[in-house]
Amino acid sequence: MSADLPLIHARGLVKRFGGFTAVDGIDVDVHRGEAFGFLGPNGAGKSSTMRMIGCVSPVTEGLLRVLGLDPQTEGPRIRGRLGVVPQEDTLDAELTVRENLLVYGRYFGLPRAVIAERADRLLEFVQLSERGASKVEPLSGGMKRRLTIARSLINEPDLLLLDEPTTGLDPQARHVLWDRLFRLKQQGVTLVLTTHYMDEAEQLCDRLVVMDAGRIAAEGSPQQLIREWSTREVVELRFPPGENEPAGEKIEALVAAGELGSLVQRVEVLPDRVLLYSDDGDEAGAVIHRRGIVATSVLVRRSTLEDVFLRLTGRTLVD
Amino acid sequence: MTAQTLPLRVAPPGLGRRLLGTGRGRYVIERNARVYRASWLVLLSGLFEPLFYLFSVGVGVAQLVGDIELPGGRLVTYTAFIAPAMLASSAMNGALYDATFNIFFKLKYAKLYDSVLATPVTATDIAAGEIGWALMRGSFYSTTFFLVMLVMGLVSSWWAVLVLPATVLIGFAFAAVGMACTTFMRSWQDFEFVTLATLPMFLFSATFYPLSVYPESLQRLVQLSPLYHAAALVRELTLGAVGWTSVVHAVVLLALGLLGAAVTGGRLEKLLLT
Repeated sequence: MSADLPLIHARGLVKRFGGFTAVDGIDVDVHRGEAFGFLGPNGAGKSSTMRMIGCVSPVTEGLLRVLGLDPQTEGPRIRGRLGVVPQEDTLDAELTVRENLLVYGRYFGLPRAVIAERADRLLEFVQLSERGASKVEPLSGGMKRRLTIARSLINEPDLLLLDEPTTGLDPQARHVLWDRLFRLKQQGVTLVLTTHYMDEAEQLCDRLVVMDAGRIAAEGSPQQLIREWSTREVVELRFPPGENEPAGEKIEALVAAGELGSLVQRVEVLPDRVLLYSDDGDEAGAVIHRRGIVATSVLVRRSTLEDVFLRLTGRTLVD
Repeated sequence: MTAQTLPLRVAPPGLGRRLLGTGRGRYVIERNARVYRASWLVLLSGLFEPLFYLFSVGVGVAQLVGDIELPGGRLVTYTAFIAPAMLASSAMNGALYDATFNIFFKLKYAKLYDSVLATPVTATDIAAGEIGWALMRGSFYSTTFFLVMLVMGLVSSWWAVLVLPATVLIGFAFAAVGMACTTFMRSWQDFEFVTLATLPMFLFSATFYPLSVYPESLQRLVQLSPLYHAAALVRELTLGAVGWTSVVHAVVLLALGLLGAAVTGGRLEKLLLT
């Protein structure tokens, strides 16, 4: 296939399980060399989308081409060129760390000598060389994830699919993993990942879509999304318990009356704090203070993807 | 990164691929062989049960029973009569153990197949590979058992060279049917049904006495038992009483195996590729 064709091309992609619609008509294009993210709360349809791309879940409706091929008829051929890191660890507990790579490589029909050489290199890459002879079970969560990543690279894939790669890991393990993924990205591996961690998406993704309830709510680079859906800065005002709501309502009234000009573009009242979306956080904080609304603490920070995410997908807890 | 090192051999979609997969089932067999390389003693343990039966019944009970008359009127020792049935049972048990408990564990707990299906290996390949492995394991037991029979002088016909292919067929039938049933199981409790099916089969499939012991109507019922066909086939071969019935037995076993394999592939697809 030519280099400018997208590796993933989806139009009106739908996945239904009985009466439940998990993916509700999405359009996605992922190009070679890109790091692309599906961001969204639990149940947004990220994993279902990934499974369809991974050719282990039949498409209900719409068009899907992976590496230019149709998953329905060319599943084995596509899967031969994909690397998959599933959400749950599916390592082979009856084999050792190194054997997990050796056996997995065989599933792709690779010659034993090629696999052995790659296995050593990959174990080194994920910093597990010393644990090669160990069983899988005693490994820590971070090590298992790294081994899963090594396993997914055994066929030198064109496209690496990572479904919530760092969920459940401690901060150190996450940073080690991000570092490895970042290196892969620099080597030119096309990454597609799902995550509900904003920092992960900001660190790794060149471009992402925010999914909510099976649909795409927004699309762009992290910076574009922040510009489009949030302000440059956010002021977090904390008031004593019970006073957040009245204080927030006062500020909202000021904004509604136009007394703050364009300084505060949006106010959000949370149970424990009030958020002001502004392009000049310090000034906004000072103006509010001068109006006699005195918070116990004021924090001015840059807007993050999290603000975009919460704005687009709401603050209601999703189970 | 490129995929040019990948030898992609993809069979065109069709009946062949539905039944036999893409030939990548052999990698599933390789995986199992690697696991058992580390614990080959476990493999050996499956040998002993049928041997114990053979010695207990053949040496002990045979003294009390005396000789058995075959349909043609020929007399054979009781030990020579039951040994082929023990052989068939060992082929059945060897294949069933892998096809039921091990498959259920891999399917429900180890989530092994989820990761395998992310590769070019298909659900049908998994079914073919696992059935292949189960019948290889079963054949290993049968072969050893057959050697013991030879040494004990329990084989009286050159037709017996066909015993090994026959046990492969038996292993195939039971592995495939066992695996197909396993894909319908919900919990470990359901495995009581395996015992519930195999124990009566072992006892009543004309294993310990000739079919003619039963009244006509019960004979028909016994003939529904796959183990009856398995035991009868091996017996006809080791005692040299081969006839058109032997062909019938073989066809029944082959049909069961093919049916089981097709059901297993379809079910794995339904369970795992949602």
